[in-house]
Amino acid sequence: MSNNPSNGGEALVKALEFEGVEVMFGLPGGAILPVYDPIIESSIRHVLVRHEQGAGHMAEGYAHATGKPGVCMVTSGPAATNVVTPLADAMLDSVPMVCITGQVPLAAIGTDAFQECDTTGITMAVTKHNFLVTDPQDIPRIIHEAFHIATTGRPGPVLVDIPKDIVDPVNPRSAMTWYEPDSVPMELPGYHPVTEGDPARIAEAAELIAQAERPVLYVGGGVLKARAAEPLLELAELLQIPVVTTLMARGAFPDRHELCLGMPGMHGNYTAVTAMQQSDLLVSLGARFDDRVTGKLDGFAPTAKIIHVDIDPAELGKVRQYNVGIQGDCKLVIEGLIESTKALGASAQADRSEWRSTVSGWQEKFPLVYEQSAPGDKLKPQFVMEQLRDGNPSDTILCSGVGQHQMHASQFWKFDHPYTWINSGGLGTMGFSIPAAIGAKAGMPDRRVWAVDGDGNFQMTAQELVTATVEDIPIKVALFNNSYLGMVRQWQEMFYDERFSEVHLSDHVPDYVKWAESMGAVGIRVESPEEVAPAIAKANEINDRSVVVEFVTDARENVFPMVPAGATNSEVVVDPSQQHLLDGRD
Amino acid sequence: MNQTSTAPVWQTIVATVENKPGVLARVAGLFSRRGFNIHSLAVAPTDDERFSRITFTVDVEGTPLDQVVKQLDKLVNVVDIQQLDPSESIERELILIAVEVGDRRKELMEIVDDHRAQVLSEGDDTIMLSWSARPARLDELEERLRPFGIVELQRTGRVALPSLDG
Repeated sequence: MSNNPSNGGEALVKALEFEGVEVMFGLPGGAILPVYDPIIESSIRHVLVRHEQGAGHMAEGYAHATGKPGVCMVTSGPAATNVVTPLADAMLDSVPMVCITGQVPLAAIGTDAFQECDTTGITMAVTKHNFLVTDPQDIPRIIHEAFHIATTGRPGPVLVDIPKDIVDPVNPRSAMTWYEPDSVPMELPGYHPVTEGDPARIAEAAELIAQAERPVLYVGGGVLKARAAEPLLELAELLQIPVVTTLMARGAFPDRHELCLGMPGMHGNYTAVTAMQQSDLLVSLGARFDDRVTGKLDGFAPTAKIIHVDIDPAELGKVRQYNVGIQGDCKLVIEGLIESTKALGASAQADRSEWRSTVSGWQEKFPLVYEQSAPGDKLKPQFVMEQLRDGNPSDTILCSGVGQHQMHASQFWKFDHPYTWINSGGLGTMGFSIPAAIGAKAGMPDRRVWAVDGDGNFQMTAQELVTATVEDIPIKVALFNNSYLGMVRQWQEMFYDERFSEVHLSDHVPDYVKWAESMGAVGIRVESPEEVAPAIAKANEINDRSVVVEFVTDARENVFPMVPAGATNSEVVVDPSQQHLLDGRD
Repeated sequence: MNQTSTAPVWQTIVATVENKPGVLARVAGLFSRRGFNIHSLAVAPTDDERFSRITFTVDVEGTPLDQVVKQLDKLVNVVDIQQLDPSESIERELILIAVEVGDRRKELMEIVDDHRAQVLSEGDDTIMLSWSARPARLDELEERLRPFGIVELQRTGRVALPSLDG
């Protein structure tokens, strides 16, 4: 925008430009109309979505892939309620995001006006913070505060609700005098995130690690948020300690590294689950002892001492009492741990050769396995996932929906780079994959982006492939179609005596190939194993539009290993073909 | 009143918050969504009009106190938060209470004098009193007045400040 803004609407767009926003995702409507007018002249690329939930997940995908805050803008009322799910998703997965919502004019607030809802009231519990702006003069400062809060400390979503009259140039209430957003002090007297860890505690932690004979580095999403993958690698190699990466941290430590044990938790692999369970020290870095990781809490890692590092002090001791708790940014604290460890000298480290050989023994005994499909049978999802992995470069960005395909993706893909895995971990939002992939591709146009999705998920948000076509943001979708809500089916099979209730979608409709084609994408259906690799290769050759490859998979296939809900991690159920190896365990 | 259970242990938390619309809703919403119970809550602006002070009491038994404090502290509008140890703080609460007088006026006035409560208003058969004291003392007064017949009662919830040294 060339001239200085003189009203709230122009000031809002200019303030977003000032924050470095390059792409935003949204859909206009009544209350936000005045802000969409200056968008025409703005340097910001606006991606017009088909549903506001898509705008929110695209902003999340963009943020996950680029590390920059994702931005979405929608109107009031139903549009605001449609972004509640992505806000909650971003809240639980600590995704930096700024959401602008239109609101009815100030004088109409509280009158049940058309398309009015109490947006700040509704989103209070699903945002890190929200604002209702009442004076156009505050807009540059509040936008700056919103980006500051979203991106510092523990990142998260921030919503700014903007009444129509303060952004509408025909209304005298919108008049304001422009100033640069960072030229005035922020008015956040209660917001002071701490990033530096206490050196004394770091030294104490380094000593505790040195004494440990069976330690595990328990790495969570906070390591990625802190952009700490490099120092993590240095720390792990310096200490020669095995690493588990949670669902939110896949890629924070390379899967191909000999110290990497992969994902722990309910569908984690046997070695990662058991190493944590039998360890004498868990070094938790940016992880939060989620119930999907710990299983039954009072049986979790019973002999382990805990070092807990998190930028959010409320996570320390929230679930599991710690021996050393360090509030701080994971990158800074890991660097401090490296320094303290070096100061102790190599001779200070306990002998961990027995632990390493125990762990590698488990790895040999309990690899991830599945039975190949018999001729004529439907595809095994694990086989498809392996083919997808082998048919793509390791820097491919993989986005996932929620369910069996998500777990198979996390298990069978090899994540060797940070920021190549984007999924909904905390909230478990079905339908996340396609919009998140579009957001990631918008932020990283030179990277290959694959969305893995289930048929249940696909039917929730597939319409955003229209957005991908019209906005020229081509993505690739691997659709695992087993005609079921597969994960729910698995639970009903295992825990409800195979009484299948409301989990069968349909064997006949929709026709995903036709649906993909109707949205401007290429549709490919794959039903037999020998077609899998060629279909993936064909999809990878098409770069001028999106591709949906529908893999017709076997609904009987379950995700293993599995820690049943309510069980401790010592009761992990492995693949039926390996279960006899666990006979006699205590 | 449940006579058999042991008396709850209250902890007082004082939060200094920005004096802005919606801040009380944020605080109250946090308590409800994290499953913390508030026993009493008092809120008013401080001497600096930009800030308000909220005094809460929570039941220590049923509430993870450390989590309450840390989660409150994460609210962007919460500027400062303190846990007040009852032995090192001064707590006061005010009660307004309307009581039936009946034919026991003399007996009632003895209790009023005893506590140095104030008579605010007198009707034909009722009397309205006010008293400010430690919350436990208000409980005592309430119990002594109960046999007369309590018509209406309102307590403010406790407010507290740290004791002064020396």
